[in-house]
Amino acid sequence: MRQNLYSAVFAAGITFVLTCLMIGVKLTSEGTQLKVVSATEAQWGWIFAGIALVFFSQLFRDQISAATAGIPRPKLATLVPEQVRSPKLKPWLLAALVVGLFVWPFMVSRGAVDLATLTLIYVMLGLGLNIVVGLAGLLDLGYVAFYAIGAYSYALLSSYFGLSFWACLPIAAVLAATFGFVLGFPVLRLRGDYLAIVTLGFGEIIRILLNNWTALTGGPNGISGIEKPTLFGLEFSRRASEGHVPFHEFMGIDYSSGHKVIFLYLIAVVLVIWVLFVINRLMRMPLGRAWEALREDEIACRSLGLNRTVIKLTAFTFGASTAGFAGCFFAARQGFISPESFVFIESAIILAIVVLGGMGSQFGVILAAIVMTILPEFAREFSEYRMLLFGLLMVLMMRWRPQGLLPSKRPHMELKR
Amino acid sequence: MSQLLLDVNGLTMRFGGLLAVNNVNLAVHNRQIVSIIGPNGAGKTTVFNCLSGFYIPSDGSVVFKGEQIAGLKDFRISRKGLVRTFQHVRLFSNMTVIENMLVAQHRHLDTNIAAGLFKTKRYRQLEQEAMDRAAYWLEQVDLLDFANREAGNLAYGQQRRLEIARCMVTQPELLLLDEPAAGLNPRETKQLDELIVQLRDEHEISVLLIEHDMSLVMGISDHIYVIAQGTPLADGTPDDVKQNPDVIKAYLGEE
Repeated sequence: MRQNLYSAVFAAGITFVLTCLMIGVKLTSEGTQLKVVSATEAQWGWIFAGIALVFFSQLFRDQISAATAGIPRPKLATLVPEQVRSPKLKPWLLAALVVGLFVWPFMVSRGAVDLATLTLIYVMLGLGLNIVVGLAGLLDLGYVAFYAIGAYSYALLSSYFGLSFWACLPIAAVLAATFGFVLGFPVLRLRGDYLAIVTLGFGEIIRILLNNWTALTGGPNGISGIEKPTLFGLEFSRRASEGHVPFHEFMGIDYSSGHKVIFLYLIAVVLVIWVLFVINRLMRMPLGRAWEALREDEIACRSLGLNRTVIKLTAFTFGASTAGFAGCFFAARQGFISPESFVFIESAIILAIVVLGGMGSQFGVILAAIVMTILPEFAREFSEYRMLLFGLLMVLMMRWRPQGLLPSKRPHMELKR
Repeated sequence: MSQLLLDVNGLTMRFGGLLAVNNVNLAVHNRQIVSIIGPNGAGKTTVFNCLSGFYIPSDGSVVFKGEQIAGLKDFRISRKGLVRTFQHVRLFSNMTVIENMLVAQHRHLDTNIAAGLFKTKRYRQLEQEAMDRAAYWLEQVDLLDFANREAGNLAYGQQRRLEIARCMVTQPELLLLDEPAAGLNPRETKQLDELIVQLRDEHEISVLLIEHDMSLVMGISDHIYVIAQGTPLADGTPDDVKQNPDVIKAYLGEE
């Protein structure tokens, strides 16, 4: 009880300080001066109610957890398609899912399809980072750098050399992979925290470089007017550029701006399926097993003749190339990119997707990417508190489901006799 | 006399001012079981670390199959056919037994990424061979029934045997075992004894052994080296060593 009292006073104190700073006082500009404004009486009421709530929930936490122990928690694991009882059903379910993904955009609004495209970008990024963090166990806090490299590769190659999206897609992946390789080579001797800090620095270097190399990248103004992808040379604009035919004329249908959105969405679906296919195979390949083994016991790996540098580098390179894909597509979708899109918080969000989903778990990462991109859209009114909710979600996750939404279920090799 | 497999001369390892291994000489011939014994902290494991490339020896030469290997990277030494186990079991405990065996055969598999993506014929064939080799060695150590279990869930004695089997699938010529009998009960120790002899007699492997269980060491060794405080104290056949007054003094202390 005494212990609880201490922690209750402590927690209430912290809540008081934080809420006072964040809600209790505000800076407003009056003319040329800044003025500190106190919250209204009603807000103070809420603040103290909140503090009281924290205090009492901490004070009586034993009683509360005893009372809630009886409430059954939802069994998320049973929702996973992997848990399907009869294995024969699985390919059919997957096929239905894929068909659904392709048919669905024709039935819903443009905004929904656009949001789905954004979600798919985050799915791609999450899957890529999942290779590095979840499978190989290397904490990468600068992942967004590879995303930026992918995006800028396409933007620059397109605006300087007029290369098409489809030509740039592999180039962007290769370029990002090269940067992954170059960065990975010196830093992979580092472990844990040290690796995280170096990658964090790398992410910042790339962003600052893009910001300051005005002659090439346009600096903070970014690059605009990036070409959209075409379907075998058919453009999705009202009027095609010279020598090209717009899609709607070719098909003999009326122009609709929705076509472009749906087309982008379909490209994203194809890219995600490709990434999923590659990662799935990788996990069953010797390389995937070696990543896992290296994460579990590096010394044993070395004693068995595994070259850890090469194995870690491949993980880093694969993760980076996936981000390159995603970045290239992102640039094509937005039509405009600037260093603003590649700040540290993006890395943090992608990492949060991986952690939230369950490290190493692909279904989990997909689910988490959906949650992380769609929830903020539904909660538009709370957009000011987005980061607050985000933090709350993380705290709740770590408290009740530290293994992630759908913890990893790696495909195990079986010995058949 | 059969062929010389491992020839160590003047091996020395210094950590700053501490002389952990001082001028140790070892010789292991083909199809021989050689043991290193000595009191705790004598530097036995440091010798192993030097031989297997985990440490770079400060001085001395290590010749394996006629080739100087001192200073090579650990994984390169292991690929040459000198593989070790550890004092504490180091399995990939979240992976299954068979996966442990496959990781060890990494370089015998087709690691080309394109081959794995499209499952080429060669890829599948090499994988099947690796599976067969794994199954064979699991049978040798009596673990075939546990092939699809998680390695971390095995009993301690089984984990020890799996570690040896995992080394064996890398197809080594010299196996370095660091206290393999530690923590085993008498029955398991006897099984281990039989397994090591079987490795020598049937699979023509040489074994370099660090062990504290004297009945095991004396029973199976062809040759024994005694190390105390990093310095070689004596060597010879089990009988020589047993009667050596210096060895008795080092182990039992002076009157």
